[in-house]
Amino acid sequence: MDWLNALNLTFGEFIGAYTAAYVLCALGLAVHFGFTGLLNFGQAAFAALGAYGYSIATLSFGWPWYSSVLFGLLCSAAFAVVLGIPTLRLRADYLAIVTIAAAQALKFAVSASIFENVTGGSNGLSQFGDSFYALNPIPKGRYDFGVFALSENELFIRIVAWSLIILIAVFLFFLTRSPWGRVLKGIREDEDAVRSLGKNVFSYKLQSMIVGGSIASLGGMVFVMSSQTNQPSNWGTNFTFMLWTILLLGGAATILGPIVGGMVFFGLLMFLQSVMEGLVNMGWLPFLDIAQVGQIRFLLVGVALMLLVIFRPQGIFGNKKELQFNG
Amino acid sequence: MANQISIGEPAPGCKKVDPILVANKVTRVFGGLTAVDVEHMEIPRGLITALIGPNGAGKTTMFNLLTGFDKPNTGEWTFDGKNLANVSSYKVARMGMIRTFQLTKALSLLTVIDNMRLGDQKNPGEGFFQAFLRPVWKKHEAKITLKADELLKRFKLDAKREDYAAALSGGQRKLLEMARALMSDPKLVMLDEPMAGVNPALTQSLLEHIKGLKENGTTVLFVEHDMHMVRHISDWVIVMAEGKVVAEGPPADVMKNPAVIDAYLGAHANSDLGDIDINSAAKETN
Repeated sequence: MDWLNALNLTFGEFIGAYTAAYVLCALGLAVHFGFTGLLNFGQAAFAALGAYGYSIATLSFGWPWYSSVLFGLLCSAAFAVVLGIPTLRLRADYLAIVTIAAAQALKFAVSASIFENVTGGSNGLSQFGDSFYALNPIPKGRYDFGVFALSENELFIRIVAWSLIILIAVFLFFLTRSPWGRVLKGIREDEDAVRSLGKNVFSYKLQSMIVGGSIASLGGMVFVMSSQTNQPSNWGTNFTFMLWTILLLGGAATILGPIVGGMVFFGLLMFLQSVMEGLVNMGWLPFLDIAQVGQIRFLLVGVALMLLVIFRPQGIFGNKKELQFNG
Repeated sequence: MANQISIGEPAPGCKKVDPILVANKVTRVFGGLTAVDVEHMEIPRGLITALIGPNGAGKTTMFNLLTGFDKPNTGEWTFDGKNLANVSSYKVARMGMIRTFQLTKALSLLTVIDNMRLGDQKNPGEGFFQAFLRPVWKKHEAKITLKADELLKRFKLDAKREDYAAALSGGQRKLLEMARALMSDPKLVMLDEPMAGVNPALTQSLLEHIKGLKENGTTVLFVEHDMHMVRHISDWVIVMAEGKVVAEGPPADVMKNPAVIDAYLGAHANSDLGDIDINSAAKETN
């Protein structure tokens, strides 16, 4: 069995464009949940709005990439406000229900046939990345990285996506260590206490929704840009739950957590897949065929996550001391 | 002493010489139960006022109403001459009326010093856009940290400065909550059962701190069960029972008031007020 191949594929996932997209969305979720305590189960909606905002602005309005990015960000910020005004006064668990419902509603709305000429209905949209890839300074060709080789565009989207992650991480680093971030953490602990100290809790929660939602919409744009296809089926609840897994894997109230969490999650999935495929080919797993491996690896990752939550509930980067008081 | 505080004889809802908080016809109904039905209440400025009464008298509900944490069915009140009815709780706090909670709300996973810093209300770094401009808030942050350290010292929490608030004992959390409330130099501090669940040694120091507030010119209104405590530190006592103000006056006089004995103390009127079990006394009056 080819261990080198498995490791190479795993490394490919570490720096993959999809991994980067998930990491960005998980960073947004860290702002919502890790720092403000908002139980947002509709993060897929924010990512979808970024993706649809971008692709619709490009295809329907014919806008250049930068206006399209701005439009995607505005869409998700507007969604944060529309969703936030009625729900942020509710208790945390109600917010979870409303966000999950809103995300599903949005998914059905974009796949509805009445909007087909704008959103592409259930087929989605494609080929909206030309003005973005026109920026690519990398000469045409194949770039070899061990067993996997990337085209100039594949390389470009990875560079852009991971630079964006670094930028956002620095942005969040300063934000969460500022007095503004301190108010958010206070709200996470007890919003009535923070209110009694004269802070407009509702406004802070709304700001947190907008900041986290905007970051997620950038993730959504990266997600659809790498394949230049945007389909409503991408933005289901499983997208949101993958984000939660990544967030909890890395550590909720950390910035490095979602980044490393995302890399470990997708790296592990790929590693398990290639190792198991190797074992099946060698005839060591007679009860499996190659097609089943894709499903089984999720099962194994699920078990690994359960073990992680039991034995290291604070995640990879979480502070054990912070968590032990909750018990 | 009564003459210096109230206009005329002390009576339920009497006018004060210099009130800081004036409430009129405040009612709050939960289903069929009228929790609060206060005709008129005035809190004297610069003094320590105790709000006492048996369980279920509506003291905490009254607190919640006054501080905007609950909405009344009817009524209005002014704080320092400004109308406060239907003003949201954070704005009430910004006007200089800071409350604490019966069940202490220390922000567990913030350090003690961060808890204190959060008590400040004028930090420019709490604005989203200023948050990135460290030079804008650095100086202010240093100033409030200095102030926080002084307060922590006063409340003997300076050794716990870098600990998470969750690591404090119940009594220390009460102290932290009180110290945090003082960060914004409030005009009126409202303490909801500051002594509940605190051991006797710490109670003594809490009482000293409450007296200290008055010396610094802060008005204090606090809810308490224990008449014994009330007698030692308060200048004025307001007694509530079944949602109404039934008596008020200087502590020594209120204890003798037959209405209070009736509503609150029942058969135990002649025993030491600090020793009796108030819950059973309240039951007997029912």
